[in-house]
Amino acid sequence: MVTTGLNRRWMQTLDKYLELYQNNREQIGRDDPPFLKKQRELAIAAFRQAGFPERKEERYKYTHLEPVFDGELNFEFKPRQIFFDGDDLFRCDVPQLDSIVLTVLNGFYYHPGTEPLTLMDNGVIYGSLMEAMHQYPDLVERHLGRNASNENEPFVALNTAFSRDGIFLYVPKGTHLDKPVQIINLLLSDKSQMVQHRNLIVLEDSTEAEVIICDHTLSSQMFLTNSVTEVFTGENANLDLLRLQNEHNNSCQVTNTWISQERDSHLQHGTITLHGGIVRNNLRINMKGEGSETYALGLFLTDKMQHVDNYTIIDHSKPHCTSNQFYKGVLDDSSTGAFSGMIHVHRDAQKTEAFQTNNNILLTDTARIQSKPRLEIYADDVKCSHGATVGQLDEDALFYLQSRGIPKADSRLMLMDAFTWDVVSKIKQHSLQERITELVAKRLRGELSRCNNCAMRCED
Amino acid sequence: MLQIKDLRVSIDGKEILKGINLSVKTGEVHAIMGPNGSGKSTLASALAGQDYIQITSGKMFYEGKDLTELSPEDRAREGIFLGFQYPVEIPGVSMVNFLRTSINSIRKYRNQEPMSAGDFLKLMREKKNIVEIDSDLTNRSVNEGFSGGEKKKNEIFQMALLEPRLAILDETDSGLDIDALRIVSKGVNKLRSPENATIIITHYQRLLEYIIPDVVHVLYKGRIVKSGDKSLAKELEEHGYDWIKQEVDANA
Repeated sequence: MVTTGLNRRWMQTLDKYLELYQNNREQIGRDDPPFLKKQRELAIAAFRQAGFPERKEERYKYTHLEPVFDGELNFEFKPRQIFFDGDDLFRCDVPQLDSIVLTVLNGFYYHPGTEPLTLMDNGVIYGSLMEAMHQYPDLVERHLGRNASNENEPFVALNTAFSRDGIFLYVPKGTHLDKPVQIINLLLSDKSQMVQHRNLIVLEDSTEAEVIICDHTLSSQMFLTNSVTEVFTGENANLDLLRLQNEHNNSCQVTNTWISQERDSHLQHGTITLHGGIVRNNLRINMKGEGSETYALGLFLTDKMQHVDNYTIIDHSKPHCTSNQFYKGVLDDSSTGAFSGMIHVHRDAQKTEAFQTNNNILLTDTARIQSKPRLEIYADDVKCSHGATVGQLDEDALFYLQSRGIPKADSRLMLMDAFTWDVVSKIKQHSLQERITELVAKRLRGELSRCNNCAMRCED
Repeated sequence: MLQIKDLRVSIDGKEILKGINLSVKTGEVHAIMGPNGSGKSTLASALAGQDYIQITSGKMFYEGKDLTELSPEDRAREGIFLGFQYPVEIPGVSMVNFLRTSINSIRKYRNQEPMSAGDFLKLMREKKNIVEIDSDLTNRSVNEGFSGGEKKKNEIFQMALLEPRLAILDETDSGLDIDALRIVSKGVNKLRSPENATIIITHYQRLLEYIIPDVVHVLYKGRIVKSGDKSLAKELEEHGYDWIKQEVDANA
């Protein structure tokens, strides 16, 4: 094989991370329980084996991460002592959203003056993953790394090797969380930084929970995040997981979300990308139990030179499961996007119903979207469909609105709002839905160039 | 109120209107009739400002203003209303949001305060009665899932809300059953006043039994070939368009 210049560069970058691991091994693994030490070693070996994805590799064809990973980055392997008044710096302003707020600062759970881990009366545990490994080693070991595979997944492997903290949420059997859990990832630094954190969410049988993950940058430095969120949904469990991405244009985010579903479980997953420089969302849902249901929503709004790539794989491993993917994008200026959605129906997964829709609006001639549905069906009694559209705003509708005295710019906004409403309307929590509606409207009006509700005034 | 002088219009390079002259005064109702393909809807589109319409020569003046210099939204804000032949369905835009934005955009243009939510709802209720529109429809997205008749009623409902000075109704009667036709015409008649004017575009005489026009024009091959009073519409109903076609073609 001929090694191209680009591949050589990737090889060098690979070496850089391997070296980084070797040099900081002790610090990274200093609090590890034995099982994790082993996991890290396996992960770094898997990472070395897989390497970074080459540009010609189908999975990463449209998102080129080399320059970012190769860039000048700083790394922190322990929480930095930054003291700030959370309320001063960041206020998540969702009216009437009464939630358990868990702040993660540069990849570490931020809990000044409170315990790193909280055990509620009903047995629910939430807080620092690092701490959970010590207090509940068996519980963590039973799950950590069991969904998110390192094999041929360089970014997951990299995260497994490096990540030290993140959020742990455990909902014991039969428990309904009456408040949503809100994980707020904040990035704040005086130099460019790479952050790798890991969330572990375990819902035992017959549970119900709502989790909101918000990603924000609080300073204008370059940030690269490579995060993993592993989710276990037990039998008859019901999880609503929504991710709201709102980072500045000089950031890059690779999210890896791996979810398994047991029998009769119900999942609604949403990814709303309001803002970000380069965003790659890997979502993998394994429907391991019969009769489980999934609704995966996505909405991304891009402008300038932004890039958002949603890459999903839904495995129908067992019969009688239903999945529905519904992604929409609005792309302005010279921004680019990609959607690649895989429905994999395994041989035994008879009576599968799997649907996928991806609709996109390009507002300019220079915006680009790559939309690729992928279906692999090995069962014969299934109902599957997929559809992708790329278009402009409906000119007839635009004229209709204008002919009623509504200025063209406002008419366009109304149509874009309407286009995005399809996705936003499926957010179940009413107050959150209202807030996101408002944020989307602001975003479309170009008023969200500053991260909303953030006291810091990061440059766009 | 409206003067059209030697208006020539092309679509995709093909000349559709070949010199239209028309003058509409305040308080008048004009009917424009003609066989299919004669250019009736193109005239309506030109007045409303569709951008695929190319005006190659001629002028349109509305209240002394050159219409070609006004954007579609400004034409609406100046008091022109087009009732669409095929009202557009706009999923995701609620009727209430649409109508309120419309009214307030027009009010803003006229330096009026935005209408309060309460006043707006009151106005909606009041105007709904004029066209007997189902309350349910205003809770939906614009025209989405409306039947043909409901869409047309919705046009008249919007007209009632916006109170235009010049209303152009493009084939509002097509696809209407007799009950809907009666309701729509009742609406139009109620809104008729000495201060405003209406242009009704149709190719059936039927609507003109309910809305009595002051002037009837026949459009054929891009020109107004005959004008008269309401008896002209009757004549067309009885004898069809052939006699006019023959007359015009013989002179050509």
